[in-house]
Amino acid sequence: MIQPAAIYVLWLREMLKFVRAKSRMIGAIAMPVFMLIFLGLGFRRVEFPGLPPEIGYLQYLVPGIVGMTLLFTGAFTGMSVLMDRQFGFLKEVMVTPASRVSIVLGRIAGGASTSIIQALMMLFLSVLLGFALPSLPMIAASAVIMLLISVIFICIGLILSSFMKDIHGFNTMINFIIFPIFLLSGALFPVRNLPVAIQFLSYLDPLTYGVDALRGVLIGYAAFNIWLDLTVLLLTSVALVCASGYCFRKGEVL
Amino acid sequence: MDTITLNGLTKIFGDLTAVDNVTLSVKSGEVFGLLGPNGAGKTTIINMLTTLMIPSTGSATITGHNIEKDPEGVRRSIGIIFQDPSLDIGLTGRENLDFHAMMYGIDATERKKRIAEVLAVVELTEKADVLVENYSGGMKRRLEIARGLIHHPRVLFLDEPTLGLDAQTRRKIWDHIRDLNKKHAITIILTTHYMEEADYLCDRIAIIDHGRIIALDTPDGLKTLLQGDVVTLGVNGAAESLVPVLQEKSWIREVNLHDSNLTITVTDGEKRVPDLFALAQVSGIAITSVSLRKPSLEDVFIHLTGSSIREQEGRVRGHMHAGMRRRMMR
Repeated sequence: MIQPAAIYVLWLREMLKFVRAKSRMIGAIAMPVFMLIFLGLGFRRVEFPGLPPEIGYLQYLVPGIVGMTLLFTGAFTGMSVLMDRQFGFLKEVMVTPASRVSIVLGRIAGGASTSIIQALMMLFLSVLLGFALPSLPMIAASAVIMLLISVIFICIGLILSSFMKDIHGFNTMINFIIFPIFLLSGALFPVRNLPVAIQFLSYLDPLTYGVDALRGVLIGYAAFNIWLDLTVLLLTSVALVCASGYCFRKGEVL
Repeated sequence: MDTITLNGLTKIFGDLTAVDNVTLSVKSGEVFGLLGPNGAGKTTIINMLTTLMIPSTGSATITGHNIEKDPEGVRRSIGIIFQDPSLDIGLTGRENLDFHAMMYGIDATERKKRIAEVLAVVELTEKADVLVENYSGGMKRRLEIARGLIHHPRVLFLDEPTLGLDAQTRRKIWDHIRDLNKKHAITIILTTHYMEEADYLCDRIAIIDHGRIIALDTPDGLKTLLQGDVVTLGVNGAAESLVPVLQEKSWIREVNLHDSNLTITVTDGEKRVPDLFALAQVSGIAITSVSLRKPSLEDVFIHLTGSSIREQEGRVRGHMHAGMRRRMMR
């Protein structure tokens, strides 16, 4: 059922293309970099009620922007299936003996690797703005959380793309699904400051727990218990991997 | 032994029946051709057989594996060269081949050997390490053919394998296809709308029009449907009046008029040419050219469908352009 060779091929393909497409890499992290610079500097002196005063806004913002990077790069790589469909390469993959599950896992492996690389780049770039990096074990722990977050959003991208036949619906998906996920997650401000009704939506958003867990390990401040965050992330990612495997096995390719 | 069997295979898109109740079987080691104009349903048949589409009704098996119940079993025993491009243009030619071979679990040394082999066949050895986005159309086509040959499948599907290739490359590919079929005993199904390709390569041919099989036989068997030689007369002006005159003659089997060409199927063609001239003269029609040949598959196609494959294609292409314009205006 699971073929390591097929997973490896798809991962290798993603990595090769990532290394070659410098413009894609710069394009993908340009927006989070700008947000970090302008929000981080512009709101430097803002104090949120309920936040300990020793945590400045930049410290608070960096894990949020790292989460955002994972959200966007993950969803994009998930939806790059649509590009492959457009260029016909999807057919080529789908007629090989590789099982659908392996194809999905290969895409997740490739997408997660590139997403994590970009998120770590963001993290290190933020040091230039004055972000205080935690110890190495904490950075390593954050990489595990990054993995869970990127798996979740790659799967969401994969599931969405299995319902779309071409790339026309792409922008709609970004505007109506990806942006709300980002804004609800508390990446920019504490979720607790939202009206209660909207808070409820935030608690359904997996990125809320992802960003919170990243804060926990990167700046030592989190709204929830880290184990709660990790449990939610782990369960969500397992469920979504199964769901995307199912969507790929069921649908016709053409 | 039958390697491939189709049993009432049907595919319906909305109100269009693209493939209409197709039943046939392909013997092991056979080169089987699906011949027909664009839009006849050939590619849809291939898509169902390669598990990319699910049939509306009917079933099919390949090397004993049912296409719906055991798609992975089917995929393990087949290879396909698609009609439309299906390369990763962000990778080099060699990477495209290597990744494909890896998906089939071929080990590294064997991969290297086979890649060198197929690259030589399609003459892309020197361009192997160039990104595919820098390839010309013909080079991409050749690379796809190379890719389809790497993993030596038991059944190979070729969907319009030589579309858009020059005559020289086409001949090379044909020879390689024959070679694969003979040396490795690969069963081959190919779709084509080139008559000479079907004639040269296929053991048996199914002629398909509007999703149905309208004839199925060996190339020679199909040609004997015409029972005669084909005389083509180029005529000046209105030749319609000549058609009924010719149709009365017992030695004329069939008359078709296309623009200013009269295609006439006659027994003993050599002896009948003077008679044809005499008949034309009586009707006051000037003959500008004449040719006599043994029947080709093209003639069989005209005989069966009442129009030439190129005319049909023109019509289909007209529709396609209208569709593309509509899409671009959106």
